[in-house]
Amino acid sequence: MSGRDLPFVTRRRILKAAAALTVGGGALQIVRSAESTPATMQAAIRTIVGENQINTGKVTLDIPPLVENGNTVACSVTVDSPMTPSDYVKAIHIFNEKNPQPNVIGVHLGPRAGRARFSTRIRLADTQRVIAIAQLSDGSFWSDSVDVVITLGACLEDS
Amino acid sequence: MVMAALAGVASPVAAGEIPANARRSSYDLMSRESQAMQDDDDANPGMLWVLEGKALWRLKTGAADKACLDCHGEASISMRGVATRYPAFDGERQQALDLARRINLCRKEYQNATALPYESKELLALTTYVARQSRGLPIADPAADARLQPFIDAGRQTFNRRQGQLNLSCAQCHDDNWDKQLAGNPVTQGQVTGYPLYRLEWQGLGSLQRRMRNCMVGMRAEPFDYGASEFVDLELFMTWRSRGLAIETPAVRP
Amino acid sequence: MARALISVPAKAVRGEIIAIKALVSHHMETGFRHSTTGELIARDIITSFVCRYNGEEIFRADLFPATAANPFVAFYTRATESGTIVFEWTGDNGFSVTEQAAISVE
Repeated sequence: MSGRDLPFVTRRRILKAAAALTVGGGALQIVRSAESTPATMQAAIRTIVGENQINTGKVTLDIPPLVENGNTVACSVTVDSPMTPSDYVKAIHIFNEKNPQPNVIGVHLGPRAGRARFSTRIRLADTQRVIAIAQLSDGSFWSDSVDVVITLGACLEDS
Repeated sequence: MVMAALAGVASPVAAGEIPANARRSSYDLMSRESQAMQDDDDANPGMLWVLEGKALWRLKTGAADKACLDCHGEASISMRGVATRYPAFDGERQQALDLARRINLCRKEYQNATALPYESKELLALTTYVARQSRGLPIADPAADARLQPFIDAGRQTFNRRQGQLNLSCAQCHDDNWDKQLAGNPVTQGQVTGYPLYRLEWQGLGSLQRRMRNCMVGMRAEPFDYGASEFVDLELFMTWRSRGLAIETPAVRP
Repeated sequence: MARALISVPAKAVRGEIIAIKALVSHHMETGFRHSTTGELIARDIITSFVCRYNGEEIFRADLFPATAANPFVAFYTRATESGTIVFEWTGDNGFSVTEQAAISVE
Protein backbone atom coordinates (compact mmCIF):
# COMPACT_ATOMS: atom_id res chain seq x y z
CA MET A 1 0.00 0.00 0.00
CA SER A 2 1.30 3.42 -0.77
CA GLY A 3 0.07 6.98 -0.42
CA ARG A 4 1.82 7.67 -3.71
CA ASP A 5 -0.82 5.66 -5.53
CA LEU A 6 -3.74 7.98 -4.64
CA PRO A 7 -6.23 8.65 -6.25
CA PHE A 8 -5.83 5.29 -8.03
CA VAL A 9 -5.92 3.32 -4.82
CA THR A 10 -9.32 1.68 -4.48
CA ARG A 11 -11.30 1.87 -1.27
CA ARG A 12 -10.81 -1.85 -0.76
CA ARG A 13 -7.04 -1.40 -0.63
CA ILE A 14 -7.40 1.47 1.81
CA LEU A 15 -9.58 -0.67 4.08
CA LYS A 16 -7.00 -3.46 4.06
CA ALA A 17 -4.22 -0.97 4.78
CA ALA A 18 -6.15 0.63 7.61
CA ALA A 19 -6.76 -2.76 9.17
CA ALA A 20 -3.01 -3.43 9.11
CA LEU A 21 -2.20 -0.03 10.64
CA THR A 22 -4.73 -0.15 13.46
CA VAL A 23 -3.51 -3.54 14.70
CA GLY A 24 -0.96 -1.75 16.90
CA GLY A 25 -3.58 -0.33 19.28
CA GLY A 26 -5.41 2.12 17.06
CA ALA A 27 -2.88 4.92 17.43
CA LEU A 28 -2.82 5.56 13.69
CA GLN A 29 -6.07 5.94 11.79
CA ILE A 30 -6.65 6.74 8.14
CA VAL A 31 -9.70 8.94 7.87
CA ARG A 32 -12.10 7.53 5.33
CA SER A 33 -14.87 9.96 4.61
CA ALA A 34 -18.46 8.74 4.29
CA GLU A 35 -17.63 5.14 5.07
CA SER A 36 -18.95 2.90 7.77
CA THR A 37 -16.62 1.51 10.40
CA PRO A 38 -17.42 -0.53 13.48
CA ALA A 39 -17.45 2.82 15.33
CA THR A 40 -19.93 4.58 13.04
CA MET A 41 -22.08 1.45 13.12
CA GLN A 42 -22.14 1.63 16.92
CA ALA A 43 -23.10 5.30 16.69
CA ALA A 44 -25.95 4.50 14.30
CA ILE A 45 -27.12 1.75 16.66
CA ARG A 46 -27.04 4.14 19.63
CA THR A 47 -29.27 6.56 17.71
CA ILE A 48 -31.97 3.89 17.78
CA VAL A 49 -31.21 2.20 21.09
CA GLY A 50 -30.06 5.13 23.20
CA GLU A 51 -28.50 4.05 26.50
CA ASN A 52 -30.60 0.89 26.71
CA GLN A 53 -29.03 -2.51 26.99
CA ILE A 54 -28.99 -4.71 23.93
CA ASN A 55 -29.77 -8.32 24.83
CA THR A 56 -28.79 -11.33 22.75
CA GLY A 57 -31.56 -13.76 21.96
CA LYS A 58 -35.05 -13.85 20.46
CA VAL A 59 -33.74 -12.56 17.12
CA THR A 60 -32.52 -14.70 14.23
CA LEU A 61 -30.74 -12.95 11.36
CA ASP A 62 -30.63 -15.23 8.33
CA ILE A 63 -27.98 -14.35 5.77
CA PRO A 64 -25.99 -16.97 3.84
CA PRO A 65 -22.46 -17.07 5.36
CA LEU A 66 -20.91 -17.14 1.88
CA VAL A 67 -22.40 -14.85 -0.74
CA GLU A 68 -21.94 -15.14 -4.52
CA ASN A 69 -22.58 -11.50 -5.27
CA GLY A 70 -22.73 -8.64 -2.76
CA ASN A 71 -25.12 -6.70 -5.00
CA THR A 72 -28.12 -8.79 -4.00
CA VAL A 73 -27.98 -10.72 -0.74
CA ALA A 74 -31.12 -12.49 0.51
CA CYS A 75 -31.69 -11.58 4.13
CA SER A 76 -34.43 -12.44 6.67
CA VAL A 77 -35.02 -11.52 10.28
CA THR A 78 -37.31 -13.48 12.59
CA VAL A 79 -38.11 -12.43 16.17
CA ASP A 80 -39.58 -14.85 18.67
CA SER A 81 -42.68 -12.93 19.80
CA PRO A 82 -46.38 -13.76 20.31
CA MET A 83 -47.32 -10.53 18.46
CA THR A 84 -50.26 -9.72 20.72
CA PRO A 85 -51.38 -6.14 21.51
CA SER A 86 -49.52 -6.34 24.83
CA ASP A 87 -46.38 -8.12 23.62
CA TYR A 88 -45.14 -7.44 20.12
CA VAL A 89 -42.17 -6.29 18.05
CA LYS A 90 -42.29 -2.58 17.24
CA ALA A 91 -39.32 -2.34 14.92
CA ILE A 92 -36.40 -4.26 13.45
CA HIS A 93 -33.27 -2.44 12.28
CA ILE A 94 -30.35 -3.90 10.36
CA PHE A 95 -26.86 -2.38 10.49
CA ASN A 96 -23.55 -3.18 8.84
CA GLU A 97 -19.87 -2.48 9.45
CA LYS A 98 -18.24 -1.86 6.08
CA ASN A 99 -20.70 -0.47 3.55
CA PRO A 100 -20.34 3.26 2.82
CA GLN A 101 -22.94 3.90 5.50
CA PRO A 102 -24.10 1.88 8.52
CA ASN A 103 -27.90 1.61 8.04
CA VAL A 104 -29.32 -1.18 5.93
CA ILE A 105 -33.07 -1.10 6.58
CA GLY A 106 -35.53 -0.16 9.31
CA VAL A 107 -38.83 -2.02 9.51
CA HIS A 108 -41.85 -1.00 11.62
CA LEU A 109 -44.38 -3.59 12.70
CA GLY A 110 -47.32 -3.84 15.06
CA PRO A 111 -49.45 -6.56 16.64
CA ARG A 112 -51.42 -6.91 13.37
CA ALA A 113 -48.35 -8.47 11.77
CA GLY A 114 -49.14 -11.82 13.33
CA ARG A 115 -45.55 -12.92 12.77
CA ALA A 116 -42.41 -10.89 13.48
CA ARG A 117 -40.55 -11.85 10.34
CA PHE A 118 -39.58 -10.16 7.12
CA SER A 119 -37.29 -10.85 4.15
CA THR A 120 -35.54 -8.51 1.79
CA ARG A 121 -32.45 -8.27 -0.43
CA ILE A 122 -29.53 -6.08 0.57
CA ARG A 123 -26.17 -4.92 -0.70
CA LEU A 124 -22.96 -5.78 1.12
CA ALA A 125 -19.78 -4.06 0.00
CA ASP A 126 -17.27 -6.37 1.61
CA THR A 127 -16.85 -9.27 3.98
CA GLN A 128 -18.26 -7.92 7.26
CA ARG A 129 -20.53 -8.30 10.25
CA VAL A 130 -24.23 -7.55 9.88
CA ILE A 131 -26.38 -6.88 12.97
CA ALA A 132 -30.17 -6.99 13.41
CA ILE A 133 -31.74 -5.24 16.39
CA ALA A 134 -35.37 -5.67 17.42
CA GLN A 135 -37.26 -3.22 19.59
CA LEU A 136 -40.07 -4.78 21.62
CA SER A 137 -43.25 -3.14 22.89
CA ASP A 138 -41.90 -3.31 26.45
CA GLY A 139 -39.00 -1.09 25.41
CA SER A 140 -36.36 -3.83 25.43
CA PHE A 141 -33.83 -4.39 22.64
CA TRP A 142 -32.61 -7.74 21.34
CA SER A 143 -30.06 -8.56 18.66
CA ASP A 144 -28.37 -11.15 16.48
CA SER A 145 -25.38 -10.84 14.17
CA VAL A 146 -23.86 -12.77 11.28
CA ASP A 147 -20.34 -12.61 9.80
CA VAL A 148 -20.76 -12.70 6.02
CA VAL A 149 -18.05 -13.50 3.46
CA ILE A 150 -18.53 -11.72 0.13
CA THR A 151 -16.78 -12.99 -2.98
CA LEU A 152 -17.83 -10.05 -5.16
CA GLY A 153 -18.66 -6.80 -3.40
CA ALA A 154 -21.24 -4.11 -4.06
CA CYS A 155 -21.24 -0.30 -3.91
CA LEU A 156 -17.52 0.27 -4.44
CA GLU A 157 -17.14 -1.20 -7.94
CA ASP A 158 -18.06 0.70 -11.07
CA SER A 159 -19.88 -1.55 -13.50
CA MET B 1 -1.79 -20.20 -12.81
CA VAL B 2 -5.01 -20.55 -14.79
CA MET B 3 -3.10 -19.95 -18.02
CA ALA B 4 -0.47 -22.54 -17.16
CA ALA B 5 -3.17 -25.09 -16.46
CA LEU B 6 -5.02 -24.33 -19.68
CA ALA B 7 -1.96 -24.00 -21.94
CA GLY B 8 -1.58 -27.77 -22.12
CA VAL B 9 -5.15 -28.34 -23.35
CA ALA B 10 -5.48 -29.28 -27.03
CA SER B 11 -7.87 -26.85 -28.64
CA PRO B 12 -10.06 -27.81 -31.57
CA VAL B 13 -13.47 -29.38 -32.28
CA ALA B 14 -15.11 -32.06 -30.11
CA ALA B 15 -11.97 -32.73 -28.06
CA GLY B 16 -13.44 -31.47 -24.79
CA GLU B 17 -17.20 -31.55 -25.48
CA ILE B 18 -19.27 -32.30 -22.41
CA PRO B 19 -20.94 -35.74 -22.68
CA ALA B 20 -24.69 -35.38 -23.28
CA ASN B 21 -25.71 -36.85 -19.92
CA ALA B 22 -23.22 -34.70 -17.96
CA ARG B 23 -24.73 -31.43 -19.17
CA ARG B 24 -26.18 -29.23 -16.47
CA SER B 25 -27.69 -25.79 -16.31
CA SER B 26 -25.79 -23.24 -14.25
CA TYR B 27 -28.84 -23.30 -11.97
CA ASP B 28 -27.34 -26.38 -10.32
CA LEU B 29 -24.13 -24.51 -9.45
CA MET B 30 -25.85 -21.53 -7.80
CA SER B 31 -26.48 -21.02 -4.11
CA ARG B 32 -29.82 -22.12 -2.64
CA GLU B 33 -30.74 -18.48 -2.16
CA SER B 34 -30.20 -17.62 -5.84
CA GLN B 35 -32.17 -20.72 -6.86
CA ALA B 36 -35.02 -19.64 -4.57
CA MET B 37 -34.99 -16.18 -6.15
CA GLN B 38 -35.38 -17.75 -9.60
CA ASP B 39 -38.05 -20.25 -8.58
CA ASP B 40 -40.48 -17.78 -7.00
CA ASP B 41 -42.35 -15.77 -9.64
CA ASP B 42 -43.34 -13.28 -6.92
CA ALA B 43 -39.70 -12.63 -6.04
CA ASN B 44 -37.84 -13.13 -9.36
CA PRO B 45 -36.80 -9.63 -10.52
CA GLY B 46 -36.87 -10.87 -14.14
CA MET B 47 -40.65 -11.06 -13.82
CA LEU B 48 -40.77 -7.24 -13.90
CA TRP B 49 -39.59 -7.49 -17.51
CA VAL B 50 -42.05 -10.29 -18.26
CA LEU B 51 -44.82 -8.06 -16.92
CA GLU B 52 -43.62 -5.19 -19.09
CA GLY B 53 -43.43 -7.54 -22.09
CA LYS B 54 -47.03 -8.58 -21.46
CA ALA B 55 -48.11 -4.93 -21.59
CA LEU B 56 -46.09 -4.27 -24.75
CA TRP B 57 -47.62 -7.36 -26.41
CA ARG B 58 -50.98 -5.66 -26.12
CA LEU B 59 -49.86 -2.17 -27.08
CA LYS B 60 -50.89 -0.91 -30.51
CA THR B 61 -47.84 0.63 -32.12
CA GLY B 62 -46.30 1.79 -35.39
CA ALA B 63 -47.93 3.37 -38.43
CA ALA B 64 -50.06 0.24 -38.79
CA ASP B 65 -51.37 0.82 -35.24
CA LYS B 66 -51.29 -2.88 -34.46
CA ALA B 67 -50.39 -4.85 -31.38
CA CYS B 68 -48.60 -8.23 -31.35
CA LEU B 69 -51.87 -9.48 -29.85
CA ASP B 70 -53.80 -8.56 -32.99
CA CYS B 71 -51.94 -11.10 -35.17
CA HIS B 72 -50.66 -13.60 -32.62
CA GLY B 73 -53.47 -13.68 -30.06
CA GLU B 74 -52.57 -14.68 -26.52
CA ALA B 75 -48.84 -15.30 -26.25
CA SER B 76 -49.38 -18.12 -23.77
CA ILE B 77 -50.87 -20.09 -26.66
CA SER B 78 -49.22 -18.83 -29.84
CA MET B 79 -45.71 -18.38 -28.43
CA ARG B 80 -45.57 -21.63 -26.50
CA GLY B 81 -42.57 -23.57 -27.79
CA VAL B 82 -41.34 -20.78 -30.05
CA ALA B 83 -38.22 -19.91 -28.04
CA THR B 84 -37.15 -23.57 -28.11
CA ARG B 85 -36.72 -23.23 -31.86
CA TYR B 86 -34.62 -20.05 -31.92
CA PRO B 87 -32.26 -18.98 -33.43
CA ALA B 88 -34.17 -20.08 -36.53
CA PHE B 89 -33.54 -20.11 -40.26
CA ASP B 90 -35.25 -17.34 -42.20
CA GLY B 91 -35.90 -18.60 -45.73
CA GLU B 92 -36.54 -15.12 -47.10
CA ARG B 93 -33.22 -13.72 -45.94
CA GLN B 94 -31.29 -17.03 -46.09
CA GLN B 95 -29.95 -16.23 -42.63
CA ALA B 96 -30.16 -17.39 -39.05
CA LEU B 97 -32.19 -15.02 -36.88
CA ASP B 98 -32.27 -14.78 -33.12
CA LEU B 99 -35.53 -14.03 -31.30
CA ALA B 100 -34.75 -10.34 -30.75
CA ARG B 101 -34.10 -9.79 -34.44
CA ARG B 102 -37.25 -11.71 -35.34
CA ILE B 103 -39.28 -9.42 -33.10
CA ASN B 104 -37.74 -6.34 -34.70
CA LEU B 105 -38.43 -7.68 -38.21
CA CYS B 106 -42.05 -8.27 -37.23
CA ARG B 107 -42.29 -4.71 -35.95
CA LYS B 108 -40.97 -3.35 -39.24
CA GLU B 109 -42.99 -5.58 -41.57
CA TYR B 110 -46.32 -5.87 -39.80
CA GLN B 111 -46.54 -2.97 -37.38
CA ASN B 112 -44.66 -0.45 -39.53
CA ALA B 113 -42.74 0.45 -36.43
CA THR B 114 -39.06 1.25 -35.90
CA ALA B 115 -36.71 -1.44 -34.68
CA LEU B 116 -36.10 -1.43 -30.93
CA PRO B 117 -32.41 -0.91 -30.03
CA TYR B 118 -30.51 -3.96 -28.81
CA GLU B 119 -30.54 -4.22 -25.02
CA SER B 120 -33.31 -1.63 -24.72
CA LYS B 121 -35.85 -2.25 -21.96
CA GLU B 122 -38.63 -2.75 -24.50
CA LEU B 123 -36.80 -5.28 -26.66
CA LEU B 124 -35.64 -7.19 -23.58
CA ALA B 125 -39.18 -7.13 -22.19
CA LEU B 126 -40.72 -8.54 -25.36
CA THR B 127 -37.97 -11.15 -25.84
CA THR B 128 -38.23 -12.27 -22.21
CA TYR B 129 -42.02 -12.40 -22.37
CA VAL B 130 -41.95 -14.57 -25.50
CA ALA B 131 -39.20 -16.86 -24.16
CA ARG B 132 -41.07 -17.18 -20.86
CA GLN B 133 -43.91 -18.91 -22.72
CA SER B 134 -41.53 -21.83 -23.32
CA ARG B 135 -40.44 -22.19 -19.72
CA GLY B 136 -39.96 -25.85 -18.84
CA LEU B 137 -39.89 -26.99 -22.47
CA PRO B 138 -36.74 -28.66 -23.86
CA ILE B 139 -34.57 -26.70 -26.28
CA ALA B 140 -34.97 -28.19 -29.78
CA ASP B 141 -31.93 -29.45 -31.69
CA PRO B 142 -31.18 -26.74 -34.28
CA ALA B 143 -29.18 -29.25 -36.37
CA ALA B 144 -32.50 -30.90 -37.23
CA ASP B 145 -32.83 -28.07 -39.76
CA ALA B 146 -30.02 -28.80 -42.23
CA ARG B 147 -30.04 -25.20 -43.45
CA LEU B 148 -28.70 -24.15 -40.04
CA GLN B 149 -25.67 -26.45 -40.16
CA PRO B 150 -23.25 -23.92 -41.71
CA PHE B 151 -24.15 -21.37 -39.03
CA ILE B 152 -23.80 -23.91 -36.22
CA ASP B 153 -20.40 -24.86 -37.60
CA ALA B 154 -19.32 -21.21 -37.77
CA GLY B 155 -20.41 -20.81 -34.14
CA ARG B 156 -18.51 -23.95 -33.14
CA GLN B 157 -15.35 -22.56 -34.70
CA THR B 158 -15.70 -19.31 -32.73
CA PHE B 159 -16.37 -21.25 -29.52
CA ASN B 160 -13.22 -23.33 -29.97
CA ARG B 161 -10.96 -20.60 -31.27
CA ARG B 162 -8.37 -19.03 -28.95
CA GLN B 163 -8.80 -15.29 -28.87
CA GLY B 164 -7.83 -12.10 -27.11
CA GLN B 165 -4.82 -11.15 -25.03
CA LEU B 166 -5.27 -14.18 -22.78
CA ASN B 167 -5.37 -16.46 -25.84
CA LEU B 168 -8.26 -18.40 -24.38
CA SER B 169 -11.13 -20.12 -26.14
CA CYS B 170 -14.66 -20.43 -24.72
CA ALA B 171 -14.19 -24.21 -24.80
CA GLN B 172 -11.17 -24.16 -22.52
CA CYS B 173 -13.28 -22.88 -19.63
CA HIS B 174 -16.78 -24.06 -20.43
CA ASP B 175 -16.05 -27.51 -21.92
CA ASP B 176 -12.82 -28.39 -20.12
CA ASN B 177 -12.99 -26.69 -16.71
CA TRP B 178 -16.67 -26.09 -15.96
CA ASP B 179 -16.51 -28.04 -12.70
CA LYS B 180 -13.75 -25.84 -11.30
CA GLN B 181 -13.70 -22.33 -9.86
CA LEU B 182 -12.29 -19.04 -11.10
CA ALA B 183 -11.70 -16.31 -8.52
CA GLY B 184 -14.03 -18.00 -6.06
CA ASN B 185 -16.94 -18.46 -8.46
CA PRO B 186 -17.97 -21.60 -10.39
CA VAL B 187 -16.92 -21.55 -14.05
CA THR B 188 -20.19 -23.24 -15.27
CA GLN B 189 -20.83 -25.06 -18.54
CA GLY B 190 -22.23 -21.92 -20.18
CA GLN B 191 -25.59 -23.49 -21.03
CA VAL B 192 -28.05 -21.00 -22.48
CA THR B 193 -31.28 -22.20 -20.92
CA GLY B 194 -32.27 -19.03 -19.05
CA TYR B 195 -31.83 -16.07 -21.37
CA PRO B 196 -32.68 -13.22 -21.21
CA LEU B 197 -31.85 -13.39 -17.52
CA TYR B 198 -31.54 -11.26 -14.39
CA ARG B 199 -27.88 -11.06 -13.44
CA LEU B 200 -27.11 -9.94 -9.89
CA GLU B 201 -23.88 -8.38 -11.19
CA TRP B 202 -25.89 -6.17 -13.60
CA GLN B 203 -28.68 -5.61 -11.09
CA GLY B 204 -30.80 -5.86 -14.17
CA LEU B 205 -31.94 -8.15 -16.93
CA GLY B 206 -29.89 -8.67 -20.07
CA SER B 207 -29.47 -10.79 -23.17
CA LEU B 208 -27.09 -13.62 -24.02
CA GLN B 209 -25.22 -11.19 -26.24
CA ARG B 210 -24.63 -8.86 -23.30
CA ARG B 211 -23.30 -11.79 -21.27
CA MET B 212 -21.03 -12.91 -24.09
CA ARG B 213 -19.71 -9.37 -24.51
CA ASN B 214 -18.85 -9.42 -20.77
CA CYS B 215 -17.06 -12.75 -21.30
CA MET B 216 -15.11 -11.48 -24.30
CA VAL B 217 -14.01 -8.34 -22.45
CA GLY B 218 -13.02 -10.58 -19.53
CA MET B 219 -10.87 -12.62 -21.91
CA ARG B 220 -9.36 -9.35 -23.18
CA ALA B 221 -10.76 -9.98 -26.64
CA GLU B 222 -12.53 -7.45 -28.85
CA PRO B 223 -16.24 -8.11 -28.28
CA PHE B 224 -18.55 -8.48 -31.28
CA ASP B 225 -21.12 -5.72 -31.75
CA TYR B 226 -24.70 -6.30 -30.66
CA GLY B 227 -26.58 -7.97 -33.48
CA ALA B 228 -23.40 -9.16 -35.22
CA SER B 229 -23.81 -12.32 -37.28
CA GLU B 230 -20.90 -13.82 -35.30
CA PHE B 231 -23.10 -13.59 -32.22
CA VAL B 232 -26.03 -15.27 -33.91
CA ASP B 233 -23.76 -18.10 -35.09
CA LEU B 234 -22.31 -18.45 -31.61
CA GLU B 235 -25.77 -18.41 -30.03
CA LEU B 236 -26.86 -21.08 -32.49
CA PHE B 237 -23.92 -23.29 -31.56
CA MET B 238 -24.56 -22.73 -27.86
CA THR B 239 -28.22 -23.57 -28.40
CA TRP B 240 -27.09 -26.82 -30.06
CA ARG B 241 -24.88 -27.45 -27.01
CA SER B 242 -27.91 -26.92 -24.75
CA ARG B 243 -30.31 -29.05 -26.85
CA GLY B 244 -32.69 -31.03 -24.70
CA LEU B 245 -32.19 -28.90 -21.60
CA ALA B 246 -35.27 -27.06 -20.34
CA ILE B 247 -35.79 -23.34 -20.82
CA GLU B 248 -35.69 -21.37 -17.54
CA THR B 249 -36.34 -17.83 -18.76
CA PRO B 250 -36.21 -15.52 -16.89
CA ALA B 251 -33.33 -17.14 -14.98
CA VAL B 252 -31.44 -15.50 -12.11
CA ARG B 253 -27.66 -15.73 -12.09
CA PRO B 254 -24.89 -14.20 -9.97
CA MET C 1 -41.37 -0.41 -17.45
CA ALA C 2 -43.73 -2.49 -15.34
CA ARG C 3 -43.52 -0.74 -12.02
CA ALA C 4 -44.31 -3.33 -9.39
CA LEU C 5 -45.32 -6.91 -8.74
CA ILE C 6 -47.36 -7.61 -5.62
CA SER C 7 -48.53 -10.90 -4.21
CA VAL C 8 -51.47 -11.06 -1.82
CA PRO C 9 -53.70 -14.12 -1.37
CA ALA C 10 -57.05 -13.47 -3.02
CA LYS C 11 -58.91 -15.20 -0.20
CA ALA C 12 -58.18 -15.82 3.45
CA VAL C 13 -59.85 -17.01 6.64
CA ARG C 14 -60.46 -14.37 9.34
CA GLY C 15 -57.52 -14.26 11.72
CA GLU C 16 -55.25 -16.26 9.41
CA ILE C 17 -51.67 -14.97 9.10
CA ILE C 18 -51.00 -14.33 5.41
CA ALA C 19 -47.72 -13.77 3.57
CA ILE C 20 -47.36 -10.68 1.39
CA LYS C 21 -44.61 -10.06 -1.17
CA ALA C 22 -43.80 -6.86 -3.00
CA LEU C 23 -41.24 -6.26 -5.77
CA VAL C 24 -40.73 -2.81 -7.29
CA SER C 25 -38.68 -1.73 -10.30
CA HIS C 26 -36.00 0.79 -9.27
CA HIS C 27 -32.26 1.04 -9.89
CA MET C 28 -31.50 2.22 -6.32
CA GLU C 29 -28.51 4.32 -7.36
CA THR C 30 -26.43 4.42 -4.17
CA GLY C 31 -24.80 7.82 -4.51
CA PHE C 32 -21.39 6.22 -3.91
CA ARG C 33 -20.52 5.28 -7.48
CA HIS C 34 -18.47 7.34 -9.93
CA SER C 35 -18.98 7.75 -13.66
CA THR C 36 -16.23 6.82 -16.11
CA THR C 37 -15.19 10.50 -16.08
CA GLY C 38 -14.83 10.50 -12.29
CA GLU C 39 -17.99 12.39 -11.31
CA LEU C 40 -20.08 11.16 -8.43
CA ILE C 41 -23.39 9.72 -9.64
CA ALA C 42 -26.12 11.29 -7.52
CA ARG C 43 -28.12 9.15 -5.12
CA ASP C 44 -31.53 8.10 -6.42
CA ILE C 45 -33.25 5.58 -4.19
CA ILE C 46 -36.60 4.60 -2.76
CA THR C 47 -36.57 5.81 0.84
CA SER C 48 -39.89 4.52 2.14
CA PHE C 49 -42.30 1.63 1.63
CA VAL C 50 -45.67 1.63 3.39
CA CYS C 51 -48.39 -0.99 3.27
CA ARG C 52 -51.93 -0.18 4.44
CA TYR C 53 -54.81 -2.59 4.94
CA ASN C 54 -58.16 -0.79 4.64
CA GLY C 55 -56.34 2.40 5.48
CA GLU C 56 -54.46 1.13 8.52
CA GLU C 57 -50.68 0.84 8.34
CA ILE C 58 -49.59 -2.79 8.71
CA PHE C 59 -45.97 -2.56 7.60
CA ARG C 60 -43.46 0.19 6.98
CA ALA C 61 -39.83 0.10 5.89
CA ASP C 62 -37.20 2.85 5.77
CA LEU C 63 -34.89 2.04 2.86
CA PHE C 64 -31.24 3.07 2.39
CA PRO C 65 -28.71 2.70 -0.45
CA ALA C 66 -27.94 -0.73 1.05
CA THR C 67 -31.20 -2.09 -0.33
CA ALA C 68 -30.55 -4.06 -3.54
CA ALA C 69 -31.88 -2.77 -6.88
CA ASN C 70 -35.47 -3.72 -7.68
CA PRO C 71 -36.33 -3.78 -3.97
CA PHE C 72 -38.08 -6.85 -2.67
CA VAL C 73 -39.77 -7.30 0.67
CA ALA C 74 -41.84 -10.13 2.12
CA PHE C 75 -43.78 -9.80 5.37
CA TYR C 76 -46.87 -11.03 7.22
CA THR C 77 -50.18 -9.70 8.45
CA ARG C 78 -53.39 -11.06 9.92
CA ALA C 79 -56.36 -11.23 7.56
CA THR C 80 -58.90 -9.24 9.54
CA GLU C 81 -61.59 -8.29 7.00
CA SER C 82 -62.25 -8.06 3.29
CA GLY C 83 -60.95 -4.98 1.57
CA THR C 84 -57.99 -3.42 -0.14
CA ILE C 85 -54.31 -3.65 0.64
CA VAL C 86 -52.40 -0.64 -0.70
CA PHE C 87 -48.64 -0.56 -1.35
CA GLU C 88 -46.85 2.76 -1.61
CA TRP C 89 -43.21 3.39 -2.47
CA THR C 90 -41.74 6.91 -2.28
CA GLY C 91 -38.22 8.15 -2.79
CA ASP C 92 -35.73 10.64 -4.19
CA ASN C 93 -36.60 12.89 -7.12
CA GLY C 94 -40.31 12.65 -6.40
CA PHE C 95 -40.50 8.91 -6.96
CA SER C 96 -43.93 7.58 -6.12
CA VAL C 97 -45.56 4.29 -7.06
CA THR C 98 -48.79 2.91 -5.65
CA GLU C 99 -50.28 -0.53 -6.24
CA GLN C 100 -53.18 -2.28 -4.60
CA ALA C 101 -54.75 -5.70 -4.29
CA ALA C 102 -58.14 -6.85 -3.11
CA ILE C 103 -58.54 -9.50 -0.44
CA SER C 104 -61.67 -11.43 0.45
CA VAL C 105 -61.84 -12.62 4.07
CA GLU C 106 -64.42 -15.10 5.34
